[in-house]
Amino acid sequence: MPDSIPPRSCTSHTMITRTRHFFHYYANPGRFYHISTRIQPYVTYSALFFTFIGLGWGLFFSPPDWQQGDTVRIMYIHVPTAILASAGYAALALCGLSTLVWQHPLANLAAMEIAPVGACATALCLITGSLRGKPMWGTYWVWDARLTSVLILFFLYLGHISLIRAFEDKQRGYQAAAILALAGVIDLPIIKFSVDWWNTLHQPDSITLTRAPTISRSMLWPLILSMLGFSLGFCALVFARLRAAILEVRIRALLFPSHRRSNIV
Amino acid sequence: MTRKTRRLWLVLICIACFGTAIGLILRAFSSDIVFFVTPSQIVASPPPDHRLVKLGGMVVAGSVHYSKHKETPVVTFDVTDGRTAVTVTYQGILPDLFREGQSVIVIGTVTSKHRFTASEVLAKHDETYMPKEVADALRKSGKWDPRFGPPPPDIWHSNQN
Repeated sequence: MPDSIPPRSCTSHTMITRTRHFFHYYANPGRFYHISTRIQPYVTYSALFFTFIGLGWGLFFSPPDWQQGDTVRIMYIHVPTAILASAGYAALALCGLSTLVWQHPLANLAAMEIAPVGACATALCLITGSLRGKPMWGTYWVWDARLTSVLILFFLYLGHISLIRAFEDKQRGYQAAAILALAGVIDLPIIKFSVDWWNTLHQPDSITLTRAPTISRSMLWPLILSMLGFSLGFCALVFARLRAAILEVRIRALLFPSHRRSNIV
Repeated sequence: MTRKTRRLWLVLICIACFGTAIGLILRAFSSDIVFFVTPSQIVASPPPDHRLVKLGGMVVAGSVHYSKHKETPVVTFDVTDGRTAVTVTYQGILPDLFREGQSVIVIGTVTSKHRFTASEVLAKHDETYMPKEVADALRKSGKWDPRFGPPPPDIWHSNQN
């Protein structure tokens, strides 16, 4: 019996090896292509389903807020896009890390395909926030810490999108963009905590990990469904783009075999 | 240590250094990053005349007075941070959310120690969201009156729906 329990160091070692195997197994572009092709319809349709339910409930059936009235309904689009703006950039930074450290081909492609979707989410977040700011605060835009840090995030996305495509040698583009993505990750905690560290016009978060949410349940449920739908929609868009990118690389490799070493993935 | 591990450490150390640098910069500039100053800050160290400042605080219940100067509406109200209050005069249209007990940010100049002339009024809403009926029920039961500031955090445990 006792010799069946392995020593601790051995367990952690096997765990690291297993994690490494896990990543090597699923991060292979070909395997990723097959798996994502299989799950793409499920992701797409559940995204449509949850977005439809969440937005329908939020925009038409949830109660108006006691102080903001019907304008509060912009929240059901604003909050999911705000979360996806930050989450998308975190994913971009993870891709950047694996580009720089492991020189992973799938991470290069993923960084290229995530950035435009994330930039759209950030733009939507800024636009809806501005449209809500006018009737509520009395202004479309102020230079407070929360709004400014999100605008910087939008510019980081735009910089990443142009930098990754700016080089003749694709590898150099991937690496330059990876450095930008990793440097910009500092903006994420600033966005998150800006409303707590400095006084801002933007209100603090209603949903936090540590406190009970300060939002009535009749508004929280449609918001959660809408967040789920938008997040699945983000994944569906990224999967579709990434699959197209993998196919594009394959076709280029077939058509121009001589470029294989330098210019592919 | 393999080359990959070395690269990983290098990247992580670079991020840590860069993050520390940004953190120190933000700390150094934190007094400029704040969007508004409070009434007690203005009373303690008045800004120079004609300098545009943003003053933030809560509208004191019962202090709002409307009058008319020629054709434009003039409103005076007190803005407080709980320690001291400043009387604000504003000519123009107020945002929809403006009411007693609401947090506001007024942009304008300090005219004397406790007086302020605003050129712009912004309403700040807090992070509580609830249907109107819930807010009315809370007011009726005496648990919370919106004229005296944001709701206490514990009302949420008994009154969610």
